[in-house]
Order: sequence, then C-alpha cells, then structure tokens
Amino acid sequence: MEYPANYQFTKEHEWALVENGTARIGITDHAQHALGDIVFVELPAPGAELTAGQVLGTVESVKAVSDIFSPLPGKVTAVNSQLAQSPELVNQDPHGRGWLVQLELTPGASLPRLLNAAEYAAYVAEEN
Amino acid sequence: MRYLPKSEPIRQAMLAELGLASADDLFAHIPEACRLQRPLRLAAGMSEPEILEFFRAAARDTAPGHASFLGAGAYHHHRPVLIDALISRGEWFTAYTPYQPEISQGTLQAIFEFQTMICQLTGMDVANASMYDGSTAMAEAALMALRLTRRDRLVVARSIHPHYREVLATYVHRQGVKIQEAATGADGRLDLDALSAAVDDTTAAVLVQSPNFFGCIEDWEQAAAAAHARGALLIAVIAEPISLGLLAPPEAADIVAMEAQGLGIPVGFGGPYAGVLAAREKYLRALPGRLAGETRDSQGRRGYVLTLATREQHIRREKATSNICTNQALCALMASIFMSVMGRRGLRELAEQNLAKAAYARRGLAAAGVEVVFSGPAFHEMVIRPRTDLAAVERKLLAEKILPGLPLRRYYPELGETALVCVTEAAPRAAIDRMIAAYAGKN
Amino acid sequence: MQRDEALLFELSSPGKRAWQLPPLDVPEPAAADRPPRTRDDIPGFPELSEIEIVRHYTRLSTWNYAIDLGMYPLGSCTMKYNARINEQVVRLDGLADGHPLQPLETMQGALRIMRRLEQALLEITGMDAITLQPAAGAHGEQTGILMVRACLEQRGDARQTVLIPDSAHGTNPATAALAGYRVENLRSDSRGMVDLASLEKQMTPQVAALMLTNPNTLGIFEQDILRIAEIVHQRGGLLYMDGANMNALAGRARPGDFGVDVMHLNLHKTFSTPHGGGGPGSGPVAVKSHLEPYLPAPRVRESKAGRFTLDFEQPHSIGRVRAFFGNFGMFVRALAYILANGAEGLRQTTDDAVLNANYVRRKLSADYALPYATPSLHECVFSDQKQAAQGVRTGDIAKRLMDYGFHPYTVSFPLVVPGAMMLEPTESESREELDLFIAAMRAIAEEARTQPDLVRTAPHSTRVSRMDEATAARQPVLRWQETAARTADPAAG
Repeated sequence: MEYPANYQFTKEHEWALVENGTARIGITDHAQHALGDIVFVELPAPGAELTAGQVLGTVESVKAVSDIFSPLPGKVTAVNSQLAQSPELVNQDPHGRGWLVQLELTPGASLPRLLNAAEYAAYVAEEN
Repeated sequence: MRYLPKSEPIRQAMLAELGLASADDLFAHIPEACRLQRPLRLAAGMSEPEILEFFRAAARDTAPGHASFLGAGAYHHHRPVLIDALISRGEWFTAYTPYQPEISQGTLQAIFEFQTMICQLTGMDVANASMYDGSTAMAEAALMALRLTRRDRLVVARSIHPHYREVLATYVHRQGVKIQEAATGADGRLDLDALSAAVDDTTAAVLVQSPNFFGCIEDWEQAAAAAHARGALLIAVIAEPISLGLLAPPEAADIVAMEAQGLGIPVGFGGPYAGVLAAREKYLRALPGRLAGETRDSQGRRGYVLTLATREQHIRREKATSNICTNQALCALMASIFMSVMGRRGLRELAEQNLAKAAYARRGLAAAGVEVVFSGPAFHEMVIRPRTDLAAVERKLLAEKILPGLPLRRYYPELGETALVCVTEAAPRAAIDRMIAAYAGKN
Repeated sequence: MQRDEALLFELSSPGKRAWQLPPLDVPEPAAADRPPRTRDDIPGFPELSEIEIVRHYTRLSTWNYAIDLGMYPLGSCTMKYNARINEQVVRLDGLADGHPLQPLETMQGALRIMRRLEQALLEITGMDAITLQPAAGAHGEQTGILMVRACLEQRGDARQTVLIPDSAHGTNPATAALAGYRVENLRSDSRGMVDLASLEKQMTPQVAALMLTNPNTLGIFEQDILRIAEIVHQRGGLLYMDGANMNALAGRARPGDFGVDVMHLNLHKTFSTPHGGGGPGSGPVAVKSHLEPYLPAPRVRESKAGRFTLDFEQPHSIGRVRAFFGNFGMFVRALAYILANGAEGLRQTTDDAVLNANYVRRKLSADYALPYATPSLHECVFSDQKQAAQGVRTGDIAKRLMDYGFHPYTVSFPLVVPGAMMLEPTESESREELDLFIAAMRAIAEEARTQPDLVRTAPHSTRVSRMDEATAARQPVLRWQETAARTADPAAG
C-alpha cells in the first residue's frame, strides 16, 4: 500500500491531512490490516476539544479494541457519520472514505512533528 | 478413585516416558518449603451408596415434603419434568462456554432464544445471556446507569429485596456512589411524591421493584416519569418473573434486572439461579455479559455466535463493562424450556392461579382477624401482622409440615412483628386454610 | 444431527400447548383483587407441544461438543469429568426444593453440607476462613479484592494500585477496576515467572495487592513465591491468589503455606461441578485470619452439639455479594466430589492432571514451538510459531482439531505468548484418548506443512463452517422478531 505523500503519520498509526488550518484524521492502512474486520467506530461529539496525543475514540474489530489518539490539537468540526452504518469503510478505504474526524487546528498551538510518508513506511517495515 | 481412567502400570509407563521415577518428580520444581509433606486431613474416598446416604441424611434434615409460604425472592412453582429430562443430556451440562461456534450451535441457538423470550416477556429490545442472579443483575444495571449518565447518585426504593440492596451497596460502595432510599407509602407502594423529591440532576438511576418485596405492584410509568423528569434512568427490578404472565411489562423502564428462578429453576436453598439484564437498544454497548447474535457461515447457512465481545473483560481488561466472564447458561436453559412449555397462554394461566390463591389467602386472613398490613394491589405475596406471636405460629405450622412466612423484623424493624407470606399455585387450599388458622391464633 | 432446526418461534403455532395445570381449588379472585395494569398477551411467545419441545432441545444438543463426547483441552477452564452421582444427590427432595430463608431448625442438613464443604476447602488450601457466597470465579475475585480494600482501609491506608502480571486472566484487571483500583502490569521474565526485579521496583507503598495466578496461565509454578510474598508483605500489601489452577496443587501444595492472604477457588474447575454451557459456576473465597472480619455475612457456625446457626454479626464485613447463600447446588456437587475422592483421590487426581499435561507437552514438542522451557504443571502453552510461516495460525489449528473430533485448546491466551495454544488435558483423559489427540495434533502439523489451505479453511466436517463474526458485530441481530420470519432462510439445512 502506498502512503499518500501529502499525509502525515504517527507511530500509533494514525494519519492527518492538514489543509488551511483544518486536519482530517484517520487510521493507516497498516493499522486497519492489523486490526482485521472493523465492526464499530466510536467517535467524539463535534465541538470536542482535543490535545495532541489525547484519545479521540476507539476502533473495534471482532476481538480487539484500539484507542485512537489525536495526532494534532484542535476542535472537532465533523465526524464521519457513515461509519455508524458502515464501519467496514475503514478497512476498504482507510486513507479516503474511511476517515474518522475533522479538526479545526487550535490557532497558535505548537504542532508536534509527525512522520512523512517515507518515514512512516520505513517505520512500519522496521516494526514488522 | 473411580473417576480416574488410568491403571497403575499405565501411570508408571507414562512417567517412564517422561524420564521420571515417580509422580513426586512432577512437582520437584516446586520449592520444598511450599510442598505439602503429609496427606490431606480428609476422610477416605466414599463409595456411591455411602455418598447417597450422606446426602439423603442431610436432605432428611431440611424439611422435605413441606408445603411452603416462603417467597421473598425464591419461589416454589411446579417444574415441568421436561426440564431435568432435557438438561441432563451431557451435551448441555458438560459443555462449556460456546467459544467455538462450529461445535456449539446448540448452546448458542438456545441463548438466542432465551434472549428473545426475555425481550418478549419484559418489553425490552435487548437482553444478555444471563447474569449470576437477580441481585447481581440489579447491581450491574446500576453500574451501567452510572456509566451511561456519568452521574454518581442512585435512588433506591426501600421496598426492593433487602439482599438486592445489600449487594448493590457492596458493588458501588468503593466507587464513591451515594445511595438514597425512597420510602414506601402507607399502601405498601412507593411514595411517588417522595420519590420525585429525591431525584435530582445528579441521579443516575431510580431503582424500583415490582411486585415489590411486600408483594405490592408498583406503577412503572409513574416511576419512569419521576426518573426521566431529571434525566435519570429507570431500572425495573423483578424478583418474580411469573408475575409477567399477567402484569404489564416495564416498557417505560430503561433497564430491566430480573431474577429468572421462578421460570423452572429449583429453589434449591438459594441457587444457582439466573439473573436477567435487558435494556433499550440504545444502551446495548453499555450492557455487560455475553450476547449471542445471528449471522451466516461461509456457506450462507444461518447460525449463531457470541458477539460484541469487545465490551468484555478478556478484551477490554480494566476498561470492561464488568468483570463477569460467565453466564448461568444451564439455568437460563431451564428457564427457556420452562417458557417453551408454558408458552404464550400457559404463563398467563399460571400467573392467574397465583393471583387467585393469594387473593383467597388474603381474604381468608383478613376474615380471621389477621391484619394485612398493606392495601396496595398485590400479586402473590403479602405482609401480615399475626394475632399471636410468630414463634408460636412457626411451631404450630412446622408440626403440620408447613413452612410459615418470613418474619420481617430482621429486614424491616419498623414493621414490627410481621411476616411476609407468599402463596403460589403450589400451595394446596388445605394448607392455605391451616396457615390462616395458625396466624389467626386458632387451633 | 445435520438437519436444520428452526427457532422456537418459527415452530410455534396458535393453540398448541405443552402444559396443563391442576384445576384451581380456590374461587376466582374478585375484581378488587385484580391488579390495575395487566397485559393481554405476550406477542411472539412460543406455543408448542411437548414432543416438539423435546425434539427441539434434543436436536440442538447434538450440535454441541461436550466432555461426555471427548477430550476438551481448553486451557485454564479445567474441563474434567462431571460425576453423575453429583447430579443425582443435588436433586434429592429437600435439597432441590429447600428454601434459603427457612427456619434454622429446618435447614440443618443444608448448613451441614455448607460447613463440611468449607472445612474441606480450608484443609485443601491451608487457609483459615472462607465464604461460599460468590457465584463464579470473577465474582470471587471481586469479593477478595473488596476485602483487601476493606482491610487496608481499616489500617487507614486503602492505597491505589493493584499489580497484575501480564500473563493474568482478563478478569483480574476488570475486577481491580471494579473495586476502585488502578491496574499496573507486572512483566514476566524469560522463565515465564514474575520478574522479581520489576516487582521490587513496582511494589511501592501505593500498591494494595499483587494478584497472582499460581500456577500461572503458562502452567508454571511461581518458584519465587516465598520471596514474592515476602516483598509484598514487607511493603504493606496483600497477596491475592487467583485459584483457577488449584487443580494443579490440591494435595501437593497449599496456598496458605506459601504466603497467600486471600484466594478464590472455582468449584466448576477443580471440584468438577459441571460447566453447563457457560455456567453456573461457584467461586468461594478463602482468607487468612487477618482478613476474616471482612468476609460477607452470614457465616455458618457449628456448635459443639453439632447444631448449625447463621451469624449475621460481621460489623467489618464488605457486605453481601449475592442474595442468599450463593450457588448452593454447586456446593452439594463439589462436596460429593470431595467425598468420593477423599484425601488420596484428590492427590492422585492432581498427579494425573499434571502427568497428562506433561505427557502431551513432551509428545508435541517436536511439532510445535514451546516458548518456555520451565517445567509446567497441569497445562502447557505452545505457540504457532512453526506453523505461522505457512500462514497457519493458532486459530486455524484449533478449527482443524474439530475435524479430528476434539474440542480445541484455548486460542491466543495467555497474551504473553504470541499465537498461544494453551492445552489442559485434565486428569479425566486416559492415555488412549491422549494418544489420539497427540496423533491429531501431529497430523495437523503435517497438514500445515503440506496443505496449509486445508487447515486455514477448517473445519470441514462440522454442522456449520466458519461464521461471519464481523457481520454479527456490525449489524447485531440479538433476538428473533416477527418481521424477520418472512425473510427466514429457505435454503437452511
């Protein structure tokens, strides 16, 4: 799987796509593959304020639960409501239609340094 | 040692294959100071006839064959013989949790049917595979409500079974939860004004039992209104499931915690029983315990699996909805068989018979001058104040091979010298008449 | 039985009946005696005849695997033979229908059974006092940890944390959390035992208790147990033992002799009460005398004259954990089992359980990877490491075992072993049955090398094949509904 060059990644296997002060957040293809069939996604309510590294929700497969950590600080402006009915979108299209939440980045907050696509791919290869 | 399928030569041969001289060597890695250096101080193994005689002697010392007017959360009903005939199959009682669905479809389908019948009976949307008993089901329901509402207060009717309230206190005490008791009115039912006053914006749930411990029937809708007005949940507690053959189900409740014993599970000195936990659909993910769900196999055939396991302790560990890791499968199966036998109309007829017998007893007691303490509508239990002292009643009834009602002083000192009398369909009219006479102080 | 069996509700039709009540021998109640709100019907509730009910539950039963059918080596669950005499005595008149609130003089026989069981369990564990009230192992854990908390609170120092080894049952952390404690993991060392250096470091004055399973879930006896107990006690904590594996010790070692303060037993494991498809169990909790004041009430007392009473005066008790006495029917069965075995039989049972596990361990160690070389007792844990290279995982091997007529071992537990295969034969298996099982496991190892797809798609001979668990969890269908009947599967069977 290609990791999109314009995305940023965490070692906890989340991705972030930052554009114009907002960030879209999801879990990586590697993460969805490791979890297996995803059956439930628990997301925060819009309006929730998150700090970087804070648990924003959970992703459940049949026999595992994983916390999702927010890669960046910000306020939740939208959640992927399609996941309530179709959590399998996270498996089918983790970097696209399987996105989880959208954040409005906290203005002026210092942003953590995330991995670029090449660094993340190397990290995953090493972890294996 | 008749349960062990090995001869001494085979043991020796197996030890030899392991390069060991004796069984002691199997334990040699246990530090010597930890090893028991003597035989256990227990009697020698007994034969089957000796074991039978030991327990027959014990059973003779338990008032077998008595008619009974004890209820209080454990109810004598006729148990259809099909129950023991069917659950005695080894495939039912010597199986374990259906972790492997391909070879556990019997247990899984039976659980799915149990969940369905519990929903039909209680008016709830989802029910789990069962809890330990009614008291722990109620405590788990309260924990559920505390999690769901993120509040820290419970309003608990004093007319809930005293054991259930004690168990609840044990469960929530270490979590900083405050319990406020809601008083009973003069008619034996919840004082609804006092209830409304007790509920506030920090109340997670209101817990109400019906028929309550005194046998009186509460109004679910009014209790729900009092809870919901302040955003609290209503937990409906039911100790006698047979009542649901006749009484309106607690559809206004958010969670139902019920004891299933009345549905064909032996009274058996208090257990094992099966607790029921059922709820509205929206609370599904907060529900503890096992759930069986319908699905398909790889060839498209209908089948059942344990599902939504991510709520449970073996996956979520300290964040689980509960630490429970079993259900009371065999007891739930007894309840399922009972419900299958009684069915849609039989359960109604059975409930009607209980109502009729209790009404007969209540009128008879009143006519004999025994005070029936509470006037509220009742199912099959009642609190009475005898005309003579309870010890005398007990002596007289035991002499007639009748177990009297439960003296209430230990549980409700404010009620004084009263007794809780339960009259089910299993009590013959003649025994009811003798019970009435005894409480009336007549010979 | 291969053919499909419809749900009760699909078999139902109006007017069928399986019940008949005796005629009512009292007058019908007056209108004033009737409750205010009644129901007219229980929509969807079944209506069936007796023969249909018998067939329904008999057919369903044939789709279950069970001890009575063969070896059930589900590690940590102790699936042993359930003696038939136990089922008979529990159904005796008096014991089956006795009421838990009967007058004391009418329940002497029941109290005698409880007291005799308590005494036997105390002798077997070397502990001082016991409650039979908890309904299951996890319930016993909860009772025990609440007692730890009550004891420490009494000392004025409730503390905040419970230490739990990484090999523990999932119930342990859930239990600690329920008692209001934070959970801290304690790592195992390369021997598969508690890492003493970590314990030294983590056993701070904040730690209330160490919850230890011994032998642990790898089947390994904690050889440093005396030192472990010493460290925990020196730092003011208590040692809780999860006694799920007591069947490895009964008659050979007693927790009371190696520093345990409080422990639970699983009557449905060590003492053979039937598992019943997932319960009922029973989880008595035994303590040393310093914890006795915190036991749930009532306690059973015996006078010199042999009269039994119930003692409710327990001012420091943690309170009730269950209504009535607990799962009395399980007490009867467990006592019958103990009486049948006697001292010698219980020890021989332990010896045979340990012998069987070591025999299987030896015979399979060429074909399956054994992650810990430390000697083990009643169970052994392999990993799927050798088979994983062919894409065959522990779950696949488990499914393939069904085709050979065995229940699988415990899959993917303990968590400290990736791809774990946890095997507990118990004492109930003859050498002949063990050899069949070993042959099956070896055949599967060979299949994993030569035809891995056969293993990966197993089972092939069961009534249903692998179930779609993802759909079951995504769109939960947890009860039958009338509307669903119209779309019922016409192809089933």
